[in-house]
Amino acid sequence: MRSVDQIKRGLKVGLPIMLAYFPIAVTFGVLASQAGLSVFELTGMSMFVYSGAAQMMAINMILLNTSALEIVIATFVLNFRHFIMSFSFAHRTMATPLKWRVASTLFITDETFSVTTVEKDAVKQANGHLFYFTFVFVSYLSWVVGSFIGGFVGDIIPDSISQSFSVALYAMFIALLVPSVKSNFRYGLIAILAMILNFAFGQFFQEGWSIVLSTLVASGLGFLVLRRRAS
Amino acid sequence: MTIWMMIILMSIVTIIPRILPAFLVDKIKFPDWVGQWLELIPYAALGALIFPGIINIVSDQPLIGVVGGFVALVLAVFRLHIIFVVMGAVAAVYFML
Repeated sequence: MRSVDQIKRGLKVGLPIMLAYFPIAVTFGVLASQAGLSVFELTGMSMFVYSGAAQMMAINMILLNTSALEIVIATFVLNFRHFIMSFSFAHRTMATPLKWRVASTLFITDETFSVTTVEKDAVKQANGHLFYFTFVFVSYLSWVVGSFIGGFVGDIIPDSISQSFSVALYAMFIALLVPSVKSNFRYGLIAILAMILNFAFGQFFQEGWSIVLSTLVASGLGFLVLRRRAS
Repeated sequence: MTIWMMIILMSIVTIIPRILPAFLVDKIKFPDWVGQWLELIPYAALGALIFPGIINIVSDQPLIGVVGGFVALVLAVFRLHIIFVVMGAVAAVYFML
C-alpha cells in the first residue's frame, strides 16, 4: 500500500476516537481552568501527559489540595496499565522500524491500543507503520485541541451533552470487543473474567493496579486453559 | 512544586511505561508462549476497562451506564460501524439524563 493510502486509512480509523475524545477533552479544559490552571498549563498537561483518566484525577486532587508528589505517584499507578498494552502492541509490531514503533507507543492509550488490536493486518502491509502513527497521532491532536478549546473558549458544550459522551469510550470498547467474541467465544470468557476480577480487585486496590492485575490474571488464566486444550 | 514541575513529572511517569516495551521487544528474545499470552491481553484489557467503570459514568445511577452499554452491545452485535455504536450509546444516555 502507498504511504498516502496508509495515512488516509489512519485518519479514517482515527475518526471515531477523535469524535469521542473531543467533547471529553473540552470538558477537561473547562474543569481544569475552573480549578485554576491557565490555558497554557492545561493544554501543556494534555500535550505532555495525554491521559484522560490521570488528568481528570489530577484536577480533582488539585481541588482537594493534594501534594503534587501524590498526584505524580497516583498518575504512575493509574497509567501503568499502558505498559502492558504497549508491550502487547510492540510485540505485535516487532517487524516495524524501531523509531516508528517508539513513536506509536508514545501515544498508546486505552482506546488507541484497543483499536490497533483490531487493525492487525497493517503489520504485514507496506508502510503499515504510517497507518499506526497517523491513527494514534490524530487521536492525540483531538485531545490536545479539545483541551485548548475547553480552557480558552470555556463551556461550549452543554452539560447534558458532555455527560452523555462519558459513555462514548465504553461504547467504543464494547464495539471493539464484540466482533472478536463473535469470532471466538473464548475471548468473551476472558473479557468477562477480567470484568469480575476487576470488580473484585477494585475493592482492595487502587483503580490503576486493579486494571493491571485483572488484565494480567484473566489473560494468563485464559492462556493456560487454551494451551492445555491445544496440547 | 510548581504546576509545570508536576506536569513534567506526570509526563515522565506516563511516557516511560508507554515507550519502554518498544525497546524491550528488540533487546530481549521472548519465548513463544509470551507472544501467545500477549495476544490475549486485548480481550482481558477491554473487559477490565468496561466494567465496573461503565456503571459509574453518572454517579449513583448505575442503570444509565448499564443501558448505554446494552445499546452499544446490541448495535455492535448487528455489525454497525463503530461511529454509530458510539453515537447510539451516547443518544441513549442523553435521553435518560
